Amino acid sequence: MIINDLLNHTSEWLRSTGPNSDIVMSSRIRLARNLDKLPFPHWASKKQSENALQMIEGVCSRVDFLKSSTVFKLADLDNVDKQFLVERHLMSPDFAQKSDNRAVIIDNEEILSIMINEEDHIRMQVMQSGFNLFEAWNIINKIDDYLAKELNFAFLADWGYLTACPTNTGTGMRGSVMLHLPALVMTTQINRVLAAISKLSFTTRGLYGEGTKATGNFFQVSNQVSLGHGENDIIENINSLIKQIIEQETQARQTMLSRERAVLEDRISRSLGILKSAHIITSQETIELLSMVRLGSDLGIIKDLDRCTINELFITTQPAHLQKLENNKLSSSERDVKRAELIRNKLTKQ
Amino acid sequence: MLCNICNKNKATVHLTEIIDDQMKELHLCEECARHKSAAMESQFGLSDLLAGMAQSGKPSTDKEVTLARCPNCGLTFADFKKIGRLGCGDCYSAFRKYLVPLLKRIHGSSQHLGKSPQKVTRVMKKKIDIHDLRVKLQRAVEQEAFEEAAKLRDAIKELEKKQSQENQA
Repeated sequence: MIINDLLNHTSEWLRSTGPNSDIVMSSRIRLARNLDKLPFPHWASKKQSENALQMIEGVCSRVDFLKSSTVFKLADLDNVDKQFLVERHLMSPDFAQKSDNRAVIIDNEEILSIMINEEDHIRMQVMQSGFNLFEAWNIINKIDDYLAKELNFAFLADWGYLTACPTNTGTGMRGSVMLHLPALVMTTQINRVLAAISKLSFTTRGLYGEGTKATGNFFQVSNQVSLGHGENDIIENINSLIKQIIEQETQARQTMLSRERAVLEDRISRSLGILKSAHIITSQETIELLSMVRLGSDLGIIKDLDRCTINELFITTQPAHLQKLENNKLSSSERDVKRAELIRNKLTKQ
Repeated sequence: MLCNICNKNKATVHLTEIIDDQMKELHLCEECARHKSAAMESQFGLSDLLAGMAQSGKPSTDKEVTLARCPNCGLTFADFKKIGRLGCGDCYSAFRKYLVPLLKRIHGSSQHLGKSPQKVTRVMKKKIDIHDLRVKLQRAVEQEAFEEAAKLRDAIKELEKKQSQENQA
């Protein structure tokens, strides 16, 4: 696989096939692992980082499960390529900042990605469509077992997997669920929900993880605690919280439908109207309008548009995706024109 | 009153410092006070927050904490305070006593309950097996069941031999 092959491919997690796909965009489990004795990436010499990269890459190439994956060395990618992978959620924004001895392994379905020499030697993640953390855990647990057969991980019986930052020590696991909560935002209940989440020692982040703002009514909820609970326990805890949020969003949607149907229909239809007819549009406006259209599709107000197409547009209208599609560097204002064109084509074709 | 540091200007800032449980009063001029406060700020930057949490337990002497160094990667606890990241897996053992309260603060616990790598699980299981056999051996000797004790002794030797071979491999 070369990086351009991804352009015409729909990431598995965008297909909207998983449970509760109306409210939950995707579920993700990530594990942090480090090689025993070898300094963590930020503290390692060039030679040591090279060693870590070679060892991990070597083992990954022998794992049957990873036969249909590709290794991308960051040093071989230009800035647009790196940004492209960030937009597809295949690597973190921080990881894209430096290139030395860094690589990311991605499977053809874009379910799995393994970042080598990020904050920890190994940061692997599995993404699933909809509300499906346990399935993500089952997959990543197996991959972790394969890798642990050949690699010695830094581990202590009482403290678990040892990570560069003590906030990840223990299971080294973070489960995240990406929620689309337009009705809770519109009915101004969202702050109350977010406050409750943080009290329960979970965190909320934006579309692109750590340090990003919530846009398009998307919120990523994940566990903060990784020590003192087993993996299944942590997932159960996230699940029961997410179930409650789903219930509240569903209720808010129903309330809006019964009390303010005309207002809601108007807002959704206008959003679709702008997307179908605009000739210049920023990515921020796109995300906000697509959020309304997604809600309209969930509620049956918009009938001839499937959710997978809408999900894809959130990603393909991002700056690096537009530049890859055009095979050319584009200025911000050129992108706004191309973005509008892409959206018009997609939505009128339907 | 003249400034305690430069002994030239009039002291207008009055500070109380506590170092190693010793209280000390300082009378400084404005300029020396500014220098002093800059030095203090650089000592207690934002990155100290994480590491600072570790010291909220029983007061250990500053020197001991700062001088602690990981024998594997050379990171000192002072480095950890500055960057908020540990240097390697061995740092956790090297700084164990400072990290216990920190982990408890962050996670509400300092006991791992999740999965462990299969290799480690096997080693842990063998250690438990050997421990069990030793307890049984002790009991057999006490009861003067020497035949049983001899069997147990051989079994322990066998397990230990296997384990050291595996460790070398």
